[in-house]
Amino acid sequence: MAKRIGTQTVRFERDICITASAAVGSKKEAEGPMAGCFDLLCEDSNFGETTWEKAESRMQKDAVNRALEKAAKSPADIHYIFAGDLLNQCIGSTYGLRDLSIPFLGAYGACSTMAEALGLAANFLESGAAEACAAVTSSHFCSAERQFRFPLEYGGQRPPTSQWTATAAGACILEAGGQGPYVKEFTAGKMTDYGITDANNMGAAMAPAAAATLQAYFQDTGTTPGDFDTVVTGDLGAVGSELLYELLERQGIDLRKKHTDCGLLIYDRDKQDVHAGGSGCGCCASMLSGYFVKELQEGKLGNILFCATGALMSPTSIQQGESIPGIAHAVHLSGKREG
Amino acid sequence: MTNREYEKLNQKKSPNSPLLKNCICAFLIGGGICALGQGLGELYQYAGLEKLDASAAASISLIFLAALLTGLNVYDNIAKVAGAGTLVPITGFSNSITSPALEFKSEGLILGLGAKMFVIAGPVLVYGITASVLYGLILYLFRLA
Repeated sequence: MAKRIGTQTVRFERDICITASAAVGSKKEAEGPMAGCFDLLCEDSNFGETTWEKAESRMQKDAVNRALEKAAKSPADIHYIFAGDLLNQCIGSTYGLRDLSIPFLGAYGACSTMAEALGLAANFLESGAAEACAAVTSSHFCSAERQFRFPLEYGGQRPPTSQWTATAAGACILEAGGQGPYVKEFTAGKMTDYGITDANNMGAAMAPAAAATLQAYFQDTGTTPGDFDTVVTGDLGAVGSELLYELLERQGIDLRKKHTDCGLLIYDRDKQDVHAGGSGCGCCASMLSGYFVKELQEGKLGNILFCATGALMSPTSIQQGESIPGIAHAVHLSGKREG
Repeated sequence: MTNREYEKLNQKKSPNSPLLKNCICAFLIGGGICALGQGLGELYQYAGLEKLDASAAASISLIFLAALLTGLNVYDNIAKVAGAGTLVPITGFSNSITSPALEFKSEGLILGLGAKMFVIAGPVLVYGITASVLYGLILYLFRLA
């Protein structure tokens, strides 16, 4: 049975494994330094569909199908699928996955959704409610822009603190039993709001949540950043990462040397005009599914703490002057059964 | 940490927009657009239009060019560099109507294109027209007095 440790963390006692994973991206991702990590890269950001929303759904479906293929499973073998995206009512997931006929549980945690989905799937597996689950999230630059910001062709300037929504999806198949990587612990984060109202600076809105969740995890488990090969945050970008270091330093935690941020990993900030870095549910989902899981499988990484971060705002709340609550969930992934 | 302390830290860590570079780009490209408008005006006058008609024709030409460049996915790339240089002239107004029209046509001609076309330019029209009516009224009342 899962064991609750400390204030916020759950430790899993069954062998909960990510048995397969897949990442899908588009043109900008293909031009970035992590192009080699994607299972599928479509130059056409329409993915052969007629709308951006359909394109996003298609990406999610492709990611799940590719992950299923790698796990040598059919949709009928999956007991639950946990999925989410950034679009209103999570239509990226619903329309993408409706044909798969897998019991569907939608999740929303903005860009933190992948960690949330992994944590929920792991809990279902741990309890015996399922023997195989899938977790998938996606984001699409064009569908996000039109919902959260301006039309694509609108001539505006983005401030240096803004981030670029990744056109990407990542899917993981989780099973009870297997060869790893193992999901060891899950820390669900608390919403943290330090009064940031600038929707063009989501790194600043999310950094306090990441700091709070990481601190809670280290405290609950008695670990330090030194116990991990790397602590991976979702998409804090350049500004959020700096703020995270400062916030944790004040708590006596030095993260600088052990930190990787998916938003900084996915694009080349100097060449790709993405300002503070990448963002979106698909950013950390694709980096986890396409890069970190593989590194763990191949033994290049031993232990990572995957802490996906989300900014829980909507265009309505921003227009009404509300501040942006941040959220972060942490998942400890290990290449080895013990450790 | 209080919200105020965090905001201070955020200010320290957040890079500012390159103000000087933005101003120079806006001046050069915005100035270029205005020079083009002036040139077109002169050209239309040379072709035989009255001065007032020539100005209107120049404006219409700039609106057309901006709409065309928006449709060709070029305008936003110029605007990314030019900033206010493309936003302030009439080209910005044209782009602000054309871009949502293109973007939201996927929701249909009525609830998409029709309803969303003025989603950015709408406030400019509302307050622009309101202000001009107010000024008109003031002018009218002063002349009565």
